[in-house]
Amino acid sequence: MRPPALRLRGAGLAFGDRRLWSGLDLDVEPGEFVAVLGANGAGKTSLLKVVLGQRPLSAGTIEVAGRPVRRGGRDIGYVPQQRGLEPTTPLRARDFVRLGLDGHRWGPLLPSRRADAAVDRVLAAVGATSYADAPVGRLSGGEQQRLRVAQGIVGDPALLLCDEPLLSLDLHHAQAVSRLVDRCRHDSGAAVLFVTHDINPVLPYVDRVLYLAAGAFRIGPPAEVMTSATLSELYGSPVEVVESGGRLLVVGGAAPSPHPHEEVAT
Amino acid sequence: MSAGTGWNDVFDFRDYGALLDLVHNSLYAGALLGLVGGLVGVFVVARDLPFAVHGISELSFAGAAAALLLGVNVVVGSLVGSVLAAVLFGVLGVRAKEHNSAIGVLMPFGLGLGVLFLALYQGRSANKFGLLTGQIVAVDDPQLVSLAVIAAVVVAALAVVWRPLLFASLDPELAAARGVPVRVLSPVFMLVLGLAVAMSVQIVGALLVLALLVTPAAAAVRVSASPFLVPVLSVAFAVTAVVGGTLLALGSSIPISPYVTTVSFAIYLACRLVGRVRRPAARAGAPAPAAAHAH
Repeated sequence: MRPPALRLRGAGLAFGDRRLWSGLDLDVEPGEFVAVLGANGAGKTSLLKVVLGQRPLSAGTIEVAGRPVRRGGRDIGYVPQQRGLEPTTPLRARDFVRLGLDGHRWGPLLPSRRADAAVDRVLAAVGATSYADAPVGRLSGGEQQRLRVAQGIVGDPALLLCDEPLLSLDLHHAQAVSRLVDRCRHDSGAAVLFVTHDINPVLPYVDRVLYLAAGAFRIGPPAEVMTSATLSELYGSPVEVVESGGRLLVVGGAAPSPHPHEEVAT
Repeated sequence: MSAGTGWNDVFDFRDYGALLDLVHNSLYAGALLGLVGGLVGVFVVARDLPFAVHGISELSFAGAAAALLLGVNVVVGSLVGSVLAAVLFGVLGVRAKEHNSAIGVLMPFGLGLGVLFLALYQGRSANKFGLLTGQIVAVDDPQLVSLAVIAAVVVAALAVVWRPLLFASLDPELAAARGVPVRVLSPVFMLVLGLAVAMSVQIVGALLVLALLVTPAAAAVRVSASPFLVPVLSVAFAVTAVVGGTLLALGSSIPISPYVTTVSFAIYLACRLVGRVRRPAARAGAPAPAAAHAH
């Protein structure tokens, strides 16, 4: 049996006196889709940095695929948020994806048949074969984000770490990329840790939610965590979860926000 | 002034063979410079650092001018100036945005110092002018050797860091997440850039270094997006500009730099034209994503 893709035991993180979260126990099994939600400043980004090995835990242990994390570990694929690339970026789509495989290695970038085979496979998996040889900087934001998913999975990771990958995508592309991430985890058996401020695009695929707020957290299936009672208890103030047209809206009691999951509480 | 007289001032190819004999060292130096400029330029363009190149070249000029005044080796002077500048810019910020104003502050100061040193210098005025606008006066053997050593160091360093540096130039956060030592690569590249600038100042002069360290690479990325072809094209363009410019300058009394910059610019224009013909605007349904720099 494979070890959990991600295992946190008694994990805590604090900056000086400020405690972001503590006592976090979490096993993410291979192929599981976990969404990480929470207010700004609740420690979502810091959790990612811990998993990436860029920041140590204040307490507890963390393992990825049964091994302690280290910076740049090969067991992790990383899909960041969409950032525009310069139109003159000297890479084609396939070269951009290849960086996820061996971009960290020293030495010149030379053509490689082995890398080509792996890249062709993931390009087909994300439906990007038709623009494989196009200059990456001239592709649309949605197309670039498909390539970032391909870049994340090309190294066949045990854990796919997604850091707000739907940000600045329109609804159509956000849904397409969500679907893509879901299919990739089914095909490869990689677990997904998906940090997002809006659960709706990924709601159909999420197995469990990790909700971080006010120095505490809740873990569980969306139906258990995303309720008015649970979130009110978590925030320590009235929070309402409204279902509207198949979408979940989280509204802070004190300051109603029309945007889902934004500035719920501070 | 009649047109005929003007033309003869610019081009006079009598005795061309004899002249060629005198400047073969300059041609070797030019080829080395083209190689280094073409390779370094790929990253100058990818990291958006043309302004840093300009800043380093002014401080390199100040160093060379100081060396001239003190009677020490000019190559050493320009090296000291540009490496100092590269280190300063390197520690002041990782990305172009962070250190542009620092460069803007240091650059005029360097230029002013250089002008001061030249004003105090009592030697040949051709030496003075050459540091700013380039010179074709024979590159002597020791100078050629020192240029070759610098070129070897630059090419070797780039060969080692090429792939992670390209990754880091493209998306530093993503590269860092993949384990690329982004914070180390940035000052390493600035140092390599400093060496390349110090070389270029010798030949094309401080004011026109951009023609070798930016224009060829900027031209190359207009016609190709292949990470294998872009460096090859960039080097080819840079070598063509500096060697071609030197050969043209032989038959004239005008400094070398207008020839080098004109050839370089002509290549750039041609590449823009070719790029436009091959890629009519953006692909359908692919708006330019440059505006979406979220941080």
